Amino acid sequence: MKQVPWVTRVRRGLTALLFAVVAITLWTPSDSRAEYGDIVINNYADAAGMRPAIFPHWFHRIRFRCKVCHADLGFQFKAGGNEITMLKIIDGQFCGACHNGEVAWSVENCDLCHSGKPNTPTQVHESTIQKLAVPVGQGGSKK
Amino acid sequence: MTRRIPTLLLTVFAAALFGSAPAIAQDAKGKPAATPAAPPAAAPAAAAPATDVNRFNRLLKPANQRNLPPSQDGIHDPASEGTAALMPPLSAFETLPRSNAGNRVNWVKALEDRAINPRWDRVDANAVPVVMDLNIVREVKGSMPDVVYPHKQHTEWLDCSNCHPAIFIPQKGANQISMAAILLGQKCGVCHGKVAFPVSECRLCHSKKKDGPVARTGQ
Repeated sequence: MKQVPWVTRVRRGLTALLFAVVAITLWTPSDSRAEYGDIVINNYADAAGMRPAIFPHWFHRIRFRCKVCHADLGFQFKAGGNEITMLKIIDGQFCGACHNGEVAWSVENCDLCHSGKPNTPTQVHESTIQKLAVPVGQGGSKK
Repeated sequence: MTRRIPTLLLTVFAAALFGSAPAIAQDAKGKPAATPAAPPAAAPAAAAPATDVNRFNRLLKPANQRNLPPSQDGIHDPASEGTAALMPPLSAFETLPRSNAGNRVNWVKALEDRAINPRWDRVDANAVPVVMDLNIVREVKGSMPDVVYPHKQHTEWLDCSNCHPAIFIPQKGANQISMAAILLGQKCGVCHGKVAFPVSECRLCHSKKKDGPVARTGQ
């Protein structure tokens, strides 16, 4: 029997490398499993020692049309683009327009919004752009 | 120049992969004990483990991994008490019409069928939207059917000011739209691909068959 020719060995090596590259590419964003359209907001949370806030679009759109938040309450169509702080929420702006104990539960329920994995960057979860490119601030701060 | 190296390497790797396909087959023949062929009575696809490399539709998310409860969805912290209190999406979607993309709910149909009744006003449950029934047809280049944009379904959800004039100038021919821009989250992509159905559903927008010969009738 002849020994395996070097070309085959090189090919096998390269194949293994290719698999490694493909595997890394596919598995790196494999954490992306959450609900389509869930928004992670981590403008200030990590720095303040809180878990990032997660906004479930699906839950809210069953109860309100887009217009209520995006026109009446002034939410921009941009994850993390609204500079929301707890001060503004308690003041009745943004989430605080409803999460005030009247329309919806109020701000004492910290953990219901601040339930994200620590260090999760601001993002629209499972969005097309997230599948095409690395989310802004992946593995680091937002800016 | 250095930026091109990864691309070149990948090309080489790909070439190596195709070139060595027979070699891999040979390996499989040579060592049948190493990786036995899939057993004839394989378990149904629903419970296919992620480690099964020969899984059907390997790159698609299997049905049992869609709409996972918050504790398993990858962004919620299972250690947080709040996570356990949140509603699992599937329990809400059970009664809603399904679709093939996004979170697999046909939201427009859900609204039409009155499966959901989302408020138009923050506090007034009886407020109703001002629905505008006007279709905009956009002729597109190439062989794709033309795009029909229905104001009706959009104004059920949105206010005019959500799109006009910041995203779309309300004037015929004033808006340059491309699939590239949409993929990058501009124009239609501000919502479609984030919360509304993604671009994989081509024919939901590209829905008007072109009249006559198709070639070179772009706008």
